[in-house]
Amino acid sequence: MNILMIIMSVFLIVCAVAVSFTRSILSSIVIFSAYSLIMSVMWILMESPDLAITEAAVGAGVTGILFYATLKKINQIDINFYKRGPLDEKNKNRPAGDISAKTLKASAAIYRVVALVCVLTLAVLLVATVLNLPEVGQISNPDNNEVSERYIEKGIEETGAINFVAGMILDYRAFDTFGESNVLFVATICVMVMLRISKKRDPGEETNAEEEEVSDRFYEPANDTILQVMSLIIFPVIMVFGIYVVLNGHLSPGGGFSGGAVLGAGFILYLNAYGFEKTDRFMNAKTVKWITFIALMVYCLAKSYSFFTGANHLESHIPLGTPGAILSSGLILILNICVGMVVACTMYSFYALVRRGRI
Amino acid sequence: MEIIRNFPFFSIMICMFSAIVTSVLPAKAARYLTRAALIAVMVLSAVLLVNLRGSGTSFPYMMGHFPAPWGNEIRAGELEALMALFISTVALFSVMAGMPAVLKDIDEDKQNLYFILVDLMTASIISMIYTNDLFTGYVFIEINTIAGCGLIMIRQIGKSVVTAMRYMIISLVGSGLFLIGVTMLYTISGHLLMPNIRESIAELADNDKYSVTLTVVVGLITVGLAIKSGLFPFHLWIPDAYGYSNVASSSLLSSIVSKGYILLLIKIFYRVIGFDIIVKSGVNNILFVFGVTAMIMGSLAAIREKNIRRMIAYSSVAQIGYIYMGMGLGTKAGTVAALFHIISHGATKSLLFLSSAEFTEGSHSKEFSELYGTGRKYRGSALCYSIGAFSMVGFPLLSGFISKYMFATAAVGHNLKMILALGALALSTILNTIYFLKSVIVIYSDDPKKRRPQSLETYLSGAGGMMSSKMQYFCSIGALTVINFLLGIKAQTIIDIISEGLEVFG
Repeated sequence: MNILMIIMSVFLIVCAVAVSFTRSILSSIVIFSAYSLIMSVMWILMESPDLAITEAAVGAGVTGILFYATLKKINQIDINFYKRGPLDEKNKNRPAGDISAKTLKASAAIYRVVALVCVLTLAVLLVATVLNLPEVGQISNPDNNEVSERYIEKGIEETGAINFVAGMILDYRAFDTFGESNVLFVATICVMVMLRISKKRDPGEETNAEEEEVSDRFYEPANDTILQVMSLIIFPVIMVFGIYVVLNGHLSPGGGFSGGAVLGAGFILYLNAYGFEKTDRFMNAKTVKWITFIALMVYCLAKSYSFFTGANHLESHIPLGTPGAILSSGLILILNICVGMVVACTMYSFYALVRRGRI
Repeated sequence: MEIIRNFPFFSIMICMFSAIVTSVLPAKAARYLTRAALIAVMVLSAVLLVNLRGSGTSFPYMMGHFPAPWGNEIRAGELEALMALFISTVALFSVMAGMPAVLKDIDEDKQNLYFILVDLMTASIISMIYTNDLFTGYVFIEINTIAGCGLIMIRQIGKSVVTAMRYMIISLVGSGLFLIGVTMLYTISGHLLMPNIRESIAELADNDKYSVTLTVVVGLITVGLAIKSGLFPFHLWIPDAYGYSNVASSSLLSSIVSKGYILLLIKIFYRVIGFDIIVKSGVNNILFVFGVTAMIMGSLAAIREKNIRRMIAYSSVAQIGYIYMGMGLGTKAGTVAALFHIISHGATKSLLFLSSAEFTEGSHSKEFSELYGTGRKYRGSALCYSIGAFSMVGFPLLSGFISKYMFATAAVGHNLKMILALGALALSTILNTIYFLKSVIVIYSDDPKKRRPQSLETYLSGAGGMMSSKMQYFCSIGALTVINFLLGIKAQTIIDIISEGLEVFG
């Protein structure tokens, strides 16, 4: 373990402790983003750049802003400063709970002690077990066996992908990755169930959607010039980088998940700078729905074909191409594009749903 | 036979495919597609089961062009086919009988989302049943968790949203523990494929290496899956989750979602760790203790409950306890009893939830005080409910009797465990009788306050598609009742399939 790694680990622990002890939720979100950034540096030090790109885009970028948007929605950013938010009026008449303050205080104290004991026991147990595990990166480790050997030695020949990781997740173990894209799909569906404002069936009731649009812009200036100018410079760079990461998934670190997350973060930045009027032109409920559908459909059909031919020992007529060329490695390039589209749409729709209740 | 080998893969992909297509369909088409997909899976699993019956073999199926330790693999045998058949049948009947509630509780522009969730949930459980790879198992646990959360909160009332949040947090703790366990297992064994892990573990055990780590791994995986399936101290999300969600969701969650995790745990015990190692380590004794406690505590809580839906939910806590008690016996007979009870409880509990829907919706309340006399108004569903209740209590000719009998015979021969298991069985049966008979008596008797049951507005109005929703409702609960009788009368066939399947399961 080199010195940089030790410093990073210390930072991680400091961040973790700081998150638990900060009173303000906003600062804990900022610390959390810093935690992810440190984590992504550590992934690079551990020689897994694919993970590092994803961690930086998702952990430090998108989740931070999602947390922030949620806090804004529930009026928790700075309660003392913004006294008269539109939602405060609504919440004023909420009835108090029926539990008396005294019981609550007593049970909270017991709860804290028990929770502390449980968490500490688990932490000690896990740390003790991890210390007992073989050290990362040793030749004699059990995970350095025939499985990884074949991925490394025959990977390029069998999958056509220079990036072993892409070959592994999208060809050798494609079923798992298909499951993972469905995790994102089901997550989007759940967020839609939770946050999408439906058309009220009762015509007499006023729609919530307009209210949401009003409260959306409450804390922020309509159009911020500094943000707009800066994003005019950064946005194209992010987009090009994201597309590059997706398209080169089989040649260099990255791929659908990381590139898609970068693209999604780019869209969110653009949305923040220019507002929904601009983004509605190219990212709206309809496009998101159809892009996700087509991408998942292509993935499902292409992989079903490949699974079916593979399992029945039929020849699959998918050319692998010359390793190293951009058009190579069979299905991996197509699957990367599909995953990238799904991830980008997911990230964008999470943010849009949190902010205004529809994509 | 060659094409039949593809059936497990087809079942998974049909569900996935229909989920993806549903995302662009209107609600009505989504209803048809989901039912068609579930029927297709049912037929495929039944054909597979008939073909494997008596062969005493199981076969691996390569997912892709690369053989097992490198690529993904699924594996099917009699037990897996039976469980897939059970899952798809219960899912189909839950969706069909719960359709009026789905149409009523869910806004129309969100209805197709509900069917996506049902499809993905079924796909994930079927994949968990068939998978031969630990990490594939984890991926589908994730899908199952998120889909379960969506199924609870799609009824957008305050309580169901809060309880969905609670379910998500508790369930994610379980997933986290499971994932940590799998990672550690990979680090010490170097494999994710189940039979290969077992080989490495046997080697490690011979050399006496990593024995503490292995115990921690088994502990983490077991606790993780126990939390997710709602074993006793982790059951607090169950009553609210089943009590306040849509009735179709309650039925799906209680009868198949929690069972998927238990099946995966049994698979890990048999195929990954080796059941003899589990018994030697004593993990099963811990499961036994918690199972027995759950049997008593769940029933006690159910007696105190005044809401019929929550009462049935608390009864699930007790029944999950039965299953873990069977696994905890540490013998093959115990596991067979547990597996039989998974099926029996799934068929009965979905029947109870679905048949109670008509009279709770009809009287606009789930409180017992409002349910007096409803049984005479809604005759069909009340009859089905009573049969379900008798089955839960353990009435002969019904499936519940067979599972109680099997637990009792499996317990014979273990000294201390026999006393505990038989005692808990007896006590729990008495408690079951108290609360289930109370509910049956309430729905058939007059209101002591002489109030007349008010409005006759029924749960079963509204379009149901090809069949009228009334017919669909009665066909489904009728079919579940018949299944209950079949499981009670023809139990030996199912038991044979389970024990033959278990032979080749490890």
